[in-house]
Amino acid sequence: MKTAIKKYWFLFVMVLCNLIIWTYDPEIGKTALAFSGKNFINFRFILTPVFICIGLMDVWVEREKMIRIMGANSGVKGITVAILSGTITAVPIYVLLPVAGVLLKKGCRISNVVLFLCTSASIRIPLLLFEISSLGISFTLMRFCLNLFAVFAIAFIIEGLLSDKDRKEIYGNAEKL
Amino acid sequence: MNTVFTYSLLRFSSTFTFFLFSERQEKTLLSLKKAWKMFTGVLPQFVAILLFVGFALAVLSPETIRRLIGEETGFIGMLLASLVGAVSLVPVMIAFPIVAELLENGAGIIQMAVFVSTLTTVGLITIPIETKYLGKKVAILRNMLSFAFSFITAYLMGVFLK
Repeated sequence: MKTAIKKYWFLFVMVLCNLIIWTYDPEIGKTALAFSGKNFINFRFILTPVFICIGLMDVWVEREKMIRIMGANSGVKGITVAILSGTITAVPIYVLLPVAGVLLKKGCRISNVVLFLCTSASIRIPLLLFEISSLGISFTLMRFCLNLFAVFAIAFIIEGLLSDKDRKEIYGNAEKL
Repeated sequence: MNTVFTYSLLRFSSTFTFFLFSERQEKTLLSLKKAWKMFTGVLPQFVAILLFVGFALAVLSPETIRRLIGEETGFIGMLLASLVGAVSLVPVMIAFPIVAELLENGAGIIQMAVFVSTLTTVGLITIPIETKYLGKKVAILRNMLSFAFSFITAYLMGVFLK
């Protein structure tokens, strides 16, 4: 019981929050639950294909091949693949975290995994038109160019700050997924 | 646009699965089993996140958001916008129209840029999941650096777009 609470503390806190607001103001509680339910249905649609792809990737893609594409010595090619696959995905970052986990498990370079995550969070080609229509073209273009620079900086700063021990820990952790 | 993406991903993954299934049944079943195992592993955290999003959307109306980050200008507004962006998980499809409305009502571009950037890149709520997959150090560094760079890019945007 204690480990379950420790493991899922966030879930417990959120259930508690919802219960509190439900007793305090049932109207808001109802709206909150309706929002959550609607989101859950939407996310099942996104999560199903994402997890199917993760499963397929885990079993079918060979480690050696992945290392060649996005591994430690993949250089510019690995960076390009990471950025391109990041920019075409338009799902929230927490949906892509399991994908990042499998990429690490397959031996991808850490900076490439971070590049993939960060580009998919801040540079999303499917959402560019939407952003232009609501925020204007100059805002969107500026954000696009600056983010491209920021994403590179973040990925390489993180990789530079990791010690060999950290790296081993990260890959060992991914192995257990 | 999001739905188009989702549906094409769904179509792609299902045709791919069926194709692989006809080729190598056992291996495909194994991958589906693995997918299911990984999915159930993170499901509690996902449910918690969804509950949080619903809770936040119900409690924080657009009016409240406007009061929080719409009227203030300067660094305080920027800081507030970044904090709201970092803890909230509003989908961008909802966030962009809100931001557009705020901009029309006189909110500063810097604040809005910081809000959009932290909203999409920093996730305080999702750090537990991120730690699980990337390790504590990468997760914390990634969020901290994203937070810092949100300020830098927003400042530059403010300079260039004025």
